[in-house]
Amino acid sequence: MALLEIKNLHVSVGGKKILNGISLALNAGEVHAIMGPNGTGKSTLSNVIAGRDGYDVTEGQVLLDGQDILAMEADERARAGVFLAFQYPVEIPGVTTSAFLKTAINAKRRAEGKPEIDAMEFLKLVKAKQKLLSMPDDMIKRALNVGFSGGEKKRAEVLQMTLLEPRVAILDETDSGLDIDALKIVSEGVNTLRGPDRTFLIITHYQRLLNYIVPDHVHVLVGGRVVASGGKELAEQLEAEGYARYLSAA
Amino acid sequence: MAAKQETAAAVRSVEQYKYGFVTDIESEKAPKGLSEDIIRFISAKKNEPEWMLEWRLKAYRYWLALGDEEPKWAKLNYPKIDYQDSYYYAAPKQKLASMDEVDPKLLETYKKLGIPLAEQAVLAGVAVDAVFDSVSVATTYKKKLEEMGVIFKPISEAVHSHPELVKKYLGSVVPYTDNFFAALNSAVFTDGSFVYIPKGLRCPMELSTYFRINEKNTGQFERTLIIADEGAYVSYLEGCTAPQRDENQLHAAVVELITLDDAEIKYSTVQNWYPGDAEGKGGIYNFVTKRGACRGKNSKIMWTQVETGSAITWKYPSCILQGDNSVGEFYSVAITNNHQQADTGTKMIHLGANTRSKIISKGISAGKADNTYRGLVRIGPRADGARNYTQCDSLLIGDKCGAHTVPYIESRNPTAQTEHEATTSKISEDQLFYCQQRGMTEEEAVSLIVNGFCREVLQTLPMEFAVEAQKLVGISLEGSVG
Ligand SMILES: Nc1ncnc2c1ncn2[C@@H]1O[C@H](COP(=O)(O)OP(=O)(O)OP(=O)(O)O)[C@@H](O)[C@H]1O
Ligand SMILES: [Mg+2]
Repeated sequence: MALLEIKNLHVSVGGKKILNGISLALNAGEVHAIMGPNGTGKSTLSNVIAGRDGYDVTEGQVLLDGQDILAMEADERARAGVFLAFQYPVEIPGVTTSAFLKTAINAKRRAEGKPEIDAMEFLKLVKAKQKLLSMPDDMIKRALNVGFSGGEKKRAEVLQMTLLEPRVAILDETDSGLDIDALKIVSEGVNTLRGPDRTFLIITHYQRLLNYIVPDHVHVLVGGRVVASGGKELAEQLEAEGYARYLSAA
Repeated sequence: MAAKQETAAAVRSVEQYKYGFVTDIESEKAPKGLSEDIIRFISAKKNEPEWMLEWRLKAYRYWLALGDEEPKWAKLNYPKIDYQDSYYYAAPKQKLASMDEVDPKLLETYKKLGIPLAEQAVLAGVAVDAVFDSVSVATTYKKKLEEMGVIFKPISEAVHSHPELVKKYLGSVVPYTDNFFAALNSAVFTDGSFVYIPKGLRCPMELSTYFRINEKNTGQFERTLIIADEGAYVSYLEGCTAPQRDENQLHAAVVELITLDDAEIKYSTVQNWYPGDAEGKGGIYNFVTKRGACRGKNSKIMWTQVETGSAITWKYPSCILQGDNSVGEFYSVAITNNHQQADTGTKMIHLGANTRSKIISKGISAGKADNTYRGLVRIGPRADGARNYTQCDSLLIGDKCGAHTVPYIESRNPTAQTEHEATTSKISEDQLFYCQQRGMTEEEAVSLIVNGFCREVLQTLPMEFAVEAQKLVGISLEGSVG
């Protein structure tokens, strides 16, 4: 059984059809990449998996461990192990990154029947992960994402992922806006998390990322459909040729 | 799943107003209603000197002459209050000589409220004056304070032990002619705290009062008077709770603060009176007059309030900046949910030269609630170089609630500078989804976001109070989304 399985998913937004029957099976231990032109539904797919309101799922299922999660609230899905690194991370004025992280960690721990994290333990943990991502220590004292540069926001997303250790991690264009060094660092963060119990769905426009995070499968999404799937060489081919051949077919 | 059941139980328990219990103690009450006889009764119960009774009666006659017309300018809606339908004096029956004699049931009540009395107080470095209905039950940590020359006692005792101070300062900041509720309070106040910090002393511990209304149909009218002599400093905390009752109960307190040269008073309130139920039934009517006078040069008064309770809040902690270079600050969080109404703000009256004031107000409105900031900055002709900064932020949750900002600025000195900023925002779907995607429930998310919105104000609270206040912010907004 796949860890996450998307079955014939049809989704519309405000009456407009965006996803037209997507099927993907992500097994534990695998990394899948999705590439596709702007506006083809990549973020829509991520949001629907994560449980964002405002989407009509007209057909299909999203199964986590074989259980349909479409009826679950976003927070329940998160606590069940679904994580989304946002394409556009949201600013939360006045809420320190530290307070936010602690609340998120404790929400997860509560679901696992564990007590709240000890303050010292928390600081130690965050410090270690920040170091791994070459983030300055005092970053967590600032309000979450407020005034963060584009790259800092993306790094903060990866920091949250490494702290929450999700089973299903969706990264929506986490590489966009990162400089070359940051790209390596963030990829390293993802790679250390790779493991037999976890699966990644990585959305990107750039083949370059996939040199650092080498995917097991690459899918091409056009017009709300998966129009091609293959190995990492598919990404190289896209980089060279663009989407022309899929667009004409769609 | 065990964890899930635990969560459900936790949620159920916070759904109810945490402080809504009633303590079953025999009490002594004055007959219902208000008259000169009742005032004489109260005064006699307190064994008051003649001058005190006279002052009360003058206030009462003034109040009577006002008719039963309350101030009408606030944006508040409530049925006519029948002042004859309330009790003006209620006290636990026992007489108390020491802490050991305090009714265990009372102590149990305070324990439920999380108040550190007796030993706990010593450990926490908090001296608590607990006012239960009309009588101050036990004042802890008295001795240590006395040694330093601090006077911290129920005002009913101060009337006897320090009549010269009480006579000099009582009503000197809020005269009984100030307004309807101040007149009422002056006539019938039953207890409250009196604090005097001697010259040059920085009071090393925070002083604290806990107010609780327990009796049914009882009004509570405390009177607090705090004087910081030259160069003195004190931080004072006030907390309030009341049981859950279907009837509305009246709370009309007066607080007066006085700072002499170079003195500073920091006054923090966490007000969590019963707000009424989700349909708007019951709850406390909170009509409070709080005002501080910076009489001396370089003196400072700082008000911080976190107002989460009450059906109605009418409250404007203010500063009269008389001394040159004196400073007034007002930090406020007012949360209204369901049918709660709050009309709150401050007045900064600049009289002396180079006086400065700062106003930071955060109003949060949810459900069908209404939240108004009303503030006055007045700059007198002698207040050369006076400066004010005002920032009013409103946060709306849902689309049935209201937020209003009513700033009045009157400047009669061309060298003065005033600055006013106001914002209104909503908790966005994006923010909620983002938090929920990280595993937080919707309510946790709202609580976190609102706490962030209020951070500037909550930061000014003493540590232990800040933690409580943060939790309260979350609890008072339960059921506000979804
Ligand atoms: N709430 C909405 N209302 C109307 N249209 C929407 C809404 N959300 C998404 N869409 C539309 O759905 C389409 C798919 O959007 P989506 O964000 O999923 O694209 P994407 O593949 O992630 O694009 P990009 O590569 O630019 O991030 C777009 O045409 C977008 O305008
Ligand atoms: Mg996108």
